[in-house]
Amino acid sequence: MTRRRMILGGSLIGGALIVGYTATHPMQVAGAILQGGGSDPEPSAFGPFVRIGSDGWVTVVNKQQEMGQGIHAGIAAMVAEELDADWDRVRVIEARNNFRAYGLQMTAGSNAIASNWDAMRNAGAAARAMFVAAAAHRWNVSSQSIEVRDGVVSHPGSNRSATFADLLEDASRQTPPQSPTLKQPKDYRLIGTDRVHRKDSLAKSTGAVIYTQDIQRPDMLVAMVAHSPRFGGTLARFDASDALKVKDIVDVFAIETGVAVVAKTTFAARLGRDALRIEWNDGEAEMRSTPELIEYYHQIAAGRGDLEPSDFGTKGENPGAPFDGDAVEFAFDFPYLAHAPMETLDCVAQVDGWNVSITSGAHLATLDQVMAAIAARTIPGKVDLEVVPAGGSFGRRGIMSSDYLVECVRIAKRIQGRPIKLIWSREDEMTSGYYRPMSHHRVWVQMGADAFPARWRVHSVCQALTPIGPNFQATEGITNSPYFSTASTVDGKIFSPSFPVVVGFWRSVGASHTAFVMEHIIDQLARRDDRDPASYRRTLYERAGDTRRIGVLDELCHKADWGSPLQPGWARGLAIAEAFGTVVGQVAEVRLVDGRPIVRRVVAVVDCGIAVAPDQIAAQMEGGVGFGLSAALYGAVTLKDGIVQETNFDSHPVLRMNEMPAVETHIIKSTRRPTGMGEPGVPPIAPAVANAMLALTGSATKSLPFLSGNALSNSDVSSQS
Amino acid sequence: MSYAISVNGQIHHVEDDGQTPLLWVLRDTLKLTGTKYGCGVAQCGACTVHVDGTPTRSCTLPLEVAASARITTIESIEGVEAQAIRGAWVARDVPQCGFCQSGQIMSAVALLRILKTPTDRDIDVAMSGNICRCATYNRIRAAIHDAAAQLGTAR
Repeated sequence: MTRRRMILGGSLIGGALIVGYTATHPMQVAGAILQGGGSDPEPSAFGPFVRIGSDGWVTVVNKQQEMGQGIHAGIAAMVAEELDADWDRVRVIEARNNFRAYGLQMTAGSNAIASNWDAMRNAGAAARAMFVAAAAHRWNVSSQSIEVRDGVVSHPGSNRSATFADLLEDASRQTPPQSPTLKQPKDYRLIGTDRVHRKDSLAKSTGAVIYTQDIQRPDMLVAMVAHSPRFGGTLARFDASDALKVKDIVDVFAIETGVAVVAKTTFAARLGRDALRIEWNDGEAEMRSTPELIEYYHQIAAGRGDLEPSDFGTKGENPGAPFDGDAVEFAFDFPYLAHAPMETLDCVAQVDGWNVSITSGAHLATLDQVMAAIAARTIPGKVDLEVVPAGGSFGRRGIMSSDYLVECVRIAKRIQGRPIKLIWSREDEMTSGYYRPMSHHRVWVQMGADAFPARWRVHSVCQALTPIGPNFQATEGITNSPYFSTASTVDGKIFSPSFPVVVGFWRSVGASHTAFVMEHIIDQLARRDDRDPASYRRTLYERAGDTRRIGVLDELCHKADWGSPLQPGWARGLAIAEAFGTVVGQVAEVRLVDGRPIVRRVVAVVDCGIAVAPDQIAAQMEGGVGFGLSAALYGAVTLKDGIVQETNFDSHPVLRMNEMPAVETHIIKSTRRPTGMGEPGVPPIAPAVANAMLALTGSATKSLPFLSGNALSNSDVSSQS
Repeated sequence: MSYAISVNGQIHHVEDDGQTPLLWVLRDTLKLTGTKYGCGVAQCGACTVHVDGTPTRSCTLPLEVAASARITTIESIEGVEAQAIRGAWVARDVPQCGFCQSGQIMSAVALLRILKTPTDRDIDVAMSGNICRCATYNRIRAAIHDAAAQLGTAR
């Protein structure tokens, strides 16, 4: 096979993402720029995402990053379904970063299943068609009379069959069809079944999987960095004389983000860093404490700041008009949240002149490539990025500034010619920012005569996640709420303060706090008028024409035995939220012991369109509940005089085995295009628990986390507003 | 100073300082990277190894202490309990990101060696020192019960 032919085949299968002969499409131009001078992956007759070996094994090239969400299994299932491959002879490999071959490599926003739904099915179907054509030609029969199942191509009429391996040479000479015929969902044998298993469970049970932390290279050095203890602080001066006396220290130098210590071993780097004497310049640094920031946010929401708000989700005539006397008022405070993935931030990089070679669990690989090139002052095509599995991320590795990766490249650029493994300690990770932003939401609801909301006013205060554009993430989940359906006006204002604490994407992003606001308010409104929170919601969904939420609600009430009695001391709480196009409802069974919520069982219902990998959907629901409950119970990063107080798992507890509720997942049958599941399991759990606590005590929750011990949970917003 | 340390049935002579945590001797010196760094303060359990058969956090165990013991890591944990645990882990697709699972498995194997049919409460006690941020806890619990049942049937 010639290279020319391979590229043509690839372009037909992958659509516009593959460079053809002339780069005119914007994506092709971008590919030429990003990969100019860089190498391409191993060619395959079946396009960039499918390789088939002479042993008949199918290798699916996964361009999405595996951080635990099981995306590799879903991607492989989409290919294998249309290819009619033998699932037990399908393996998955992680694609290196290569825009020209694979297009954009960004794993974020729970979109990896949705955004690959067409490309992966087409890749599988095109390869299948090539095997069918090869068999038809060999046996001199019509293509329509050929069947494929589990990697075996057969012609029942003449009782002949051949494996993918048998037909490989002939098949790879076929021209891939431009629009292969795709199966109807009713004909799926793999998608939507429990046969779709993870491919990495064994390797992850033997210690064999290589994460960034585990990379070994000849001549490799290990680096740690001393960062400013305050956000916005800069290096004034440092004395490395003691650090340089530590055995196995190779070099100590200043970089843009602090002082880098380079050593032969991780422990030496740590000892060397501990021995540094550093003075920081706090002239531009954030010096406030969390209670001051909360008070600042309250002032802003009350209109007493000098910050100009932007409108969001505004509805009706003159929404800013004053409310009548009987408006109900709510206020909520949410803390900064750290991601705390089990693998702290780390990266391996080597810089040789213009060439940069990186290995990292990078989930915004295309962006990371560009940021690395800028840091190394080279062109993106000279940056080779090998993507490996990440030991979790929850958004921390999906940072627009690629902070940890850029830091590693800068150290490697200084060292030149040797691989550098940058390791962040747990303390580095927890104090590094890019937190889920703290936020304050103040909400007024004017009730109609029918006990449903007639007018809404929402004032939200939250730092923006992106440097430019509207701060839409801060209010996603409020902006188009179905609970606005009975209201004549909605007045939404978002205030976006800006100060040195850096914020970022945290699993489920805006919905991690906005779902709490809306779901806890709705229960309080329902209970004001002695209505059942489920049927109260249903009326609002009906008015909004929100059939998906109605479907989830009805199934949830059925599966959770909503309304049936529980043992004394227990109560159920319900919440429903949409995130990234997926609707999730959860009912939590809760009791209180010394004011502490104990959650024993969570019933969850999800509508994520066609369920590609049901067991992984369940796994993400379980994980989302655990992650969200951990944050709801304990999660808070607080500042004292600008310094982060929670630095490791001793001062920042997280959910452990004995606190994990049973989780039952039920998937709504659907023929809609699939949507994601990595994040949407998180938002409902905190309000579901709060609603159960409301049912038990009659008291509403005004701030998270539920368990006090920090300034945030002690603040009583009602007395301050 | 040089230490002779018994890891996975082999004696290794290492030149590290006696205060070096066992974790970094395993990872950096012996290149046994299945044991993970997660917190460095014995809070998360990702670095769990067996020290004379007892699950122990290697991130806070100095080399000079570890050198007098038999160390077993995830790379060579063997026996019927380890086999049953691994099989159950795979059958239930327990791991998500997988980073904590070496430590989880080391704790789970040690539990089954002491208690043949652990209750939920026993599992809570034995496993609460191992954090999983992906919250695979329910599958871990179920897999431990599966492995116990399988061992009971096989016995």
